[in-house]
Amino acid sequence: MAILLSRRSNLLAVVVLVLCQLFLYAAVSSSGSVLKQGGGEEFSEELLLKPFPDRKVLAHFHFQSRAPHSSSHGRHHHLFPKAIAQLVKKFRVKEMELSFTQGRWRYEQWGGFDPLSSNNAKPPGVELWAVFDVPQSLVDVYWRNLTHTLSGLFCASINFLESSTTYSAPELTFKPSFGNLRYGTLPREAVCTENLTPWLKLLPCRDKAGLSALMDRPSIYRGFYHSQRLRLTSSESGSDEVDSGIGLEQTLTVVLQPSSWRTGKTYSVETNIQPSWSISSIFGRNIPGKCVIAKSSNVYLHLDNGLVGELKNLERENAKYVANTFESEGFQSNHAFKISVTPDKVFEEVDYLHGKSTSVIYGFSVEKYSDSQPFDLGLTWKIPVVWSCQQAPLHASRFLMGSGNERGAIAISLESTESSEGLPTSHIIDGRCELRVDIFQVVPWYIKVYFHTLQVFVDKQPRAMADVVDKIRVSPSKDKVSPGVMEMILKLPCGSKSAAFSLEFDKGFLHIDEYPPDANQGFDIPSALISFPSFNARMNFSEDEFLNNSPILSKFQETSPVLSYTEVLLIPLTTPDFSMPYNVITITCTVFALYFGSLLNVLRRRVDEEERILRSRAGRKAGWISQLLSRLSAKLRGRPQEQPTSSLPYSFISFRLVLKILLVASIAVTWQYYFG
Amino acid sequence: METKKEEKKSKIKQTSSFWVWVTASVIFRLILIYFPKNLNFSSRPEVATPVTSIRRLAEGYWLKQSSMSPYAGSMYHGSPLLLSLIGPLTVKRIEGQPNHLLCSLLFLLADVVSAMLIRATGQTLQMSSCLSLKSLDLVELSKNSEMLSSGDIAALVYLWNPFTIVACVGLSTSPIENLVVILSLYGACTRLPPLAAFGWVMGTHLSLYPGVLIIPLILLLGNGPDAPPRKLFLQRRCSKGGKNPSSDSSCQEEELFNQSKLPITFSWKPVIHFLFWASIWSVYVLVLCGISVKQNGGMLEMFKSTYGFILTVEDLSPNIGVLWYFFAEVFEFFRNFFLIVFHMNILVMILPLAIRLNHRPCFLAFAYIAISSMLKSYPSVGDSALYLGLLGWFVFELADLQFSFFLFWGCVGVSLLSPVMHNLWIWRGTGNANFYYATAMAFACFQIVLVVESVSAILNYDRKLRKLSITKPVDGKS
Repeated sequence: MAILLSRRSNLLAVVVLVLCQLFLYAAVSSSGSVLKQGGGEEFSEELLLKPFPDRKVLAHFHFQSRAPHSSSHGRHHHLFPKAIAQLVKKFRVKEMELSFTQGRWRYEQWGGFDPLSSNNAKPPGVELWAVFDVPQSLVDVYWRNLTHTLSGLFCASINFLESSTTYSAPELTFKPSFGNLRYGTLPREAVCTENLTPWLKLLPCRDKAGLSALMDRPSIYRGFYHSQRLRLTSSESGSDEVDSGIGLEQTLTVVLQPSSWRTGKTYSVETNIQPSWSISSIFGRNIPGKCVIAKSSNVYLHLDNGLVGELKNLERENAKYVANTFESEGFQSNHAFKISVTPDKVFEEVDYLHGKSTSVIYGFSVEKYSDSQPFDLGLTWKIPVVWSCQQAPLHASRFLMGSGNERGAIAISLESTESSEGLPTSHIIDGRCELRVDIFQVVPWYIKVYFHTLQVFVDKQPRAMADVVDKIRVSPSKDKVSPGVMEMILKLPCGSKSAAFSLEFDKGFLHIDEYPPDANQGFDIPSALISFPSFNARMNFSEDEFLNNSPILSKFQETSPVLSYTEVLLIPLTTPDFSMPYNVITITCTVFALYFGSLLNVLRRRVDEEERILRSRAGRKAGWISQLLSRLSAKLRGRPQEQPTSSLPYSFISFRLVLKILLVASIAVTWQYYFG
Repeated sequence: METKKEEKKSKIKQTSSFWVWVTASVIFRLILIYFPKNLNFSSRPEVATPVTSIRRLAEGYWLKQSSMSPYAGSMYHGSPLLLSLIGPLTVKRIEGQPNHLLCSLLFLLADVVSAMLIRATGQTLQMSSCLSLKSLDLVELSKNSEMLSSGDIAALVYLWNPFTIVACVGLSTSPIENLVVILSLYGACTRLPPLAAFGWVMGTHLSLYPGVLIIPLILLLGNGPDAPPRKLFLQRRCSKGGKNPSSDSSCQEEELFNQSKLPITFSWKPVIHFLFWASIWSVYVLVLCGISVKQNGGMLEMFKSTYGFILTVEDLSPNIGVLWYFFAEVFEFFRNFFLIVFHMNILVMILPLAIRLNHRPCFLAFAYIAISSMLKSYPSVGDSALYLGLLGWFVFELADLQFSFFLFWGCVGVSLLSPVMHNLWIWRGTGNANFYYATAMAFACFQIVLVVESVSAILNYDRKLRKLSITKPVDGKS
């Protein structure tokens, strides 16, 4: 019987599956037709791989969807996630970025100047900023609703950003917005698959097909850095046909360590040879072809300018090849490395200003690959190459000073990197060469920062604030209401090697309910954001038709400011004794009772009159029972009977006591009856 | 004649030694000010509370200078007038001198002026008490008080109290607050209603709690300085005037007759003067505050972050009081209830004390100050310094104070133990909040015992006077 049943259910399942496939096919073809119509929704997927100097590989997934504005095309979407479209519509989001990050981007090794790092290097935990298209008075309400929605959408505690102690409204340094921007971070949010799955749900192919099929969870989360990002831009009925509508950009950036033994080669004679890797070796999967509904599906291999320059140098030294091998066509294997797949396109960065080495991007189209013939890109190194990535003009780091749980100081230090010397620092204002640096820092309210203690050191010499700080905006923290925000625009003299800022603070003491469950771990101060607005992270490529079709490359061509985030600081705060509330309440109240009672007693006491009154009272009211009792006790003790002094008659006391108790009880009953 | 000369000599000696001690205390403070910076009194929780801390004041001044409201963050909770008085001094530096030299000098000056005012008030008190004792024919009691001036003692106690020194060197604003309180008492004692009103208004403006001093000030202006209970004079005169002490009419006649000699009835004129001046000064202060906070926030914000901050106990950082730990631990639901209860504890005792001690307004003021500095939301040692100094006025009355040995050593022990516990808890992390809280508790208990026992001692002293004055005439007759 059971076997029969299961067979029947199997049959049913097959039928359902077939039906589903039919339906899906229909859906896909219809969407294809929409695509063909043009001006509709579009989706493209891309992956960028980049070897890092410290034997690691960056994989940067970039998915872009675009939908025309809903008012012109109805409420239904074919490719674009409906949840996002509704969110944009309901909360009138103009621009928004949400990132979940684990690990820290190493600016020294992985670079901090190219568009990739300044867009995708994010502070640990959750970072969210949004610009709203509503009047300023409503922004906070919309922000609150948005955080709740996002928290439900991404299975994260983004709703903690709702409270006004966690978010702020930067004005000077972050992005030009007219009071409609809100920025909040949760440095301690743990990021894991439960955040990735809802993020993948927004993709039309999920992780079933296309590039996202590579996202094998164990290999992704094994990485050194993991950042998933979602960026929304919406423009309401813009005049521009291309720009109007909602753009959704989803990126996943992971830095992985390829293990060279997997590729078969034993490692190695020379320890500093870069590990060879392939897509299958780092992800444990292959690309099974493109996502059918994607407009384009490309894989890029990016060799940054440091590497290219180094390779060229090596080449020149060896003099085995002609100098311009890179530009030539069939160069998938040169003396330094070998690429397993022939690139479809080669893009070389064009730097008009300097005749220096420029980065190279190899493009591979995944369209011709399929399940039977998966795409697997491999890079095999032949000789050891040592290079370094291009860094931001100043390397920023932040640390705590002082010890103990009472006070301390936050210091931000900016060290000039070597690469900055060659950079165009030609920002000469009034005959002085200056480097503009913006600092944006949010400090939670329990870190009570004394802004008047701001000290500035340039090249380790103390300087007056007015010399260096061009503009400063401070909004001091209010207890349990708002965090402290500091925005500074600095003008550093060009030649300076280092700059440091320190701010003293007192540590606050919280109510026991305000401590998190692991109170002794300490509290996190979100990263400070350091930006260099006078520099643009931008790549120039020679004009190509292909570039316009590739969102990732056109993104690289956009000018974006050079940003870097500092470390998250962990500040231990003193804890009260969490087990003591009852003891503290009772002991304190005892002290108050002691004060009240003893003082009142002293004021009330009349030394001379007391005896007289008591005597008279005793004479008057001594009942016969008490007299009897005292006589009895006197006899028992064998002493003469004492004069009854203070002891009032027993029965009298009990009668009054009963009266009092009755009174209190009746009051309690009426209270309970009327107010209970 | 000989004895009188000797007395004069000893008096001159006394005054010269007094001035020596005063200069010594000033020099001691200067040494401490010039001491290397690592003393760090200004960030000690015992010295600097959120209301009196100079660092917070400097922050407020910085915010004000950068055209923001000084109350923008929850840093500064003091008066805007103090900000414009001391604020510039926190920024000014003299080359080669300690950072806060100017502030320290100001606080030093405030301390010395307060000591002088305490001395002058003490002398007035002593003179009036001598007079009243003489009128009661209790000359032998007043004799021992002539030997040593209680004003001098009080002034020196105030100047040499380690609490005062620490508060002065630690740059908390409590010396200024103490100064205005003492100023109001001095004004009332010397019958200068405008001065008394100014001190009272400024004291209330700076730290709210001196507001309760209005009762002793009115009594002081109406009844004159501390004296034995009025009943005694009446009895005295009755027994003096007529041979039949029970005849009321003769008594009243006598009273009318003697009115010019001793102020027996409550004189309303200076009180009305005082109230008039108080209203003038408060309007003046409010206008000044309004001008200084006009650009940003306004008066409401000022009241919220000064008085509101004091009344709602928002800052839970440890201090020597008992409220911080209580409100850090108590359940949020009961918070308002306990806030009301604890503030009521100060107010509830006002009336009983005023009824019982209405003939001793200065002592009443002492009791109020002691109680409020014990139960206030952010107490510091500067507040304790004030009432310990005022205690010196009543050395002769409080000669029979019980537990004085125990109290003295208890206070010394607690004030040594409390920094140790704080260090263990905050800096070393080996202790725990309960240890520090225990010292705060002990300190509160000692203060309670001191207040209770001194009130009881004063009442006993009055009883003693009555007994003596009742027995005296009998002795004279026999």
